[in-house]
Amino acid sequence: MSSNHSVDGVTAEDVAPPTLWALFIEFLVIGAVSFGGGIIAYERILLIDKRKWLSPDEFMATLAISQTMPGLNSVNMALLAGDKLRGIAGAVAATLGLILPGAAFVLIVGIIYSEGADHPLANLLLAGVAAAATGLLASITFKIGANHFRHLKSVLIIAATFVLMSVVKLSLIWVLVVMAPIALYLYRPKP
Amino acid sequence: MTVLIQLALTFGMLSLLAVGGGTAVLPEMQTVLLQQFQIAHTTFVHIYSIGQLAPGPNMLMVLVFGFHVAGMLGASVVLVAFFLPSSVLCLMVGRIWHKIGESPWRRAVQNALEPISIGLMASGVYAVAKAAVIGPVSISLAAFSLVVIMFTKFNPVYMILGAGAVGAVLIQYTGWH
Repeated sequence: MSSNHSVDGVTAEDVAPPTLWALFIEFLVIGAVSFGGGIIAYERILLIDKRKWLSPDEFMATLAISQTMPGLNSVNMALLAGDKLRGIAGAVAATLGLILPGAAFVLIVGIIYSEGADHPLANLLLAGVAAAATGLLASITFKIGANHFRHLKSVLIIAATFVLMSVVKLSLIWVLVVMAPIALYLYRPKP
Repeated sequence: MTVLIQLALTFGMLSLLAVGGGTAVLPEMQTVLLQQFQIAHTTFVHIYSIGQLAPGPNMLMVLVFGFHVAGMLGASVVLVAFFLPSSVLCLMVGRIWHKIGESPWRRAVQNALEPISIGLMASGVYAVAKAAVIGPVSISLAAFSLVVIMFTKFNPVYMILGAGAVGAVLIQYTGWH
């Protein structure tokens, strides 16, 4: 690593790279405590403030790639941060840490559900749970969409995508084949 | 064996199509799971909702679909199929990106994909709502949760648990859904 010993001006580069175990444990903690979402915020605190593994600029650049590429943003973020710090092994350690607690949780609850799905009480409880989960999904959609609902270009793309998917009932791949080139043309970089 | 390959192909494809986060593939997932694996919309919505109670990334309930279809082996196949393809792609592109630096096209791709992803999420809301919001009790609970989560910092997990309890009582005593 860097042999720069300057006292002031300590950057993310000067911090020794973390062990794989440290990467795994830090992301495991996020994976275990992030009930109710907001994982990117937890990752931001860990990477920038708590361990100073990334500078704020590096974090923003990594976040941009995470959001552009397919896959879950929080998982992509863990992958890219792990890769930057410790290569492929770091990417695997961070990602496994992030998904293991939630994976264990859904499997245990899911198995209980599969065993007792037709139990009348389970169905009663899940009716309200599913209604609230729908409200949650709608509110996330509104929040993410808030900036876009003001721009005609975005509203047209949102509406066209919805119609192709839910009304015309095209399969997802065809919706993307139709919409991605149109949207990319509309948002092409200005020369 | 065939069913495991089918699971791998289905979730591998969804992994690569998950633009703007996993929620964008919900409507497609619901359709494909019914057509190929006979998972009813109600079961889909129940498992999706259980997943919202879990910590960590919000699409981990895909494992439960794998378990539902083919036991623990099915869950493992889905874990690899849903996370590996997009992860490999993201790692490769991430490394190239660090070399060539920021380009106006990256921003253009993100700007273009965002509204598509929001449109797909709206389709997801519609798909989930068709199975979950089916009468006065569920309409009220969904609307109430939407407003509370939109305008307060109340943790959605408590909202969902509370709605489960309140919903059970209301449905039991009114007979409505």
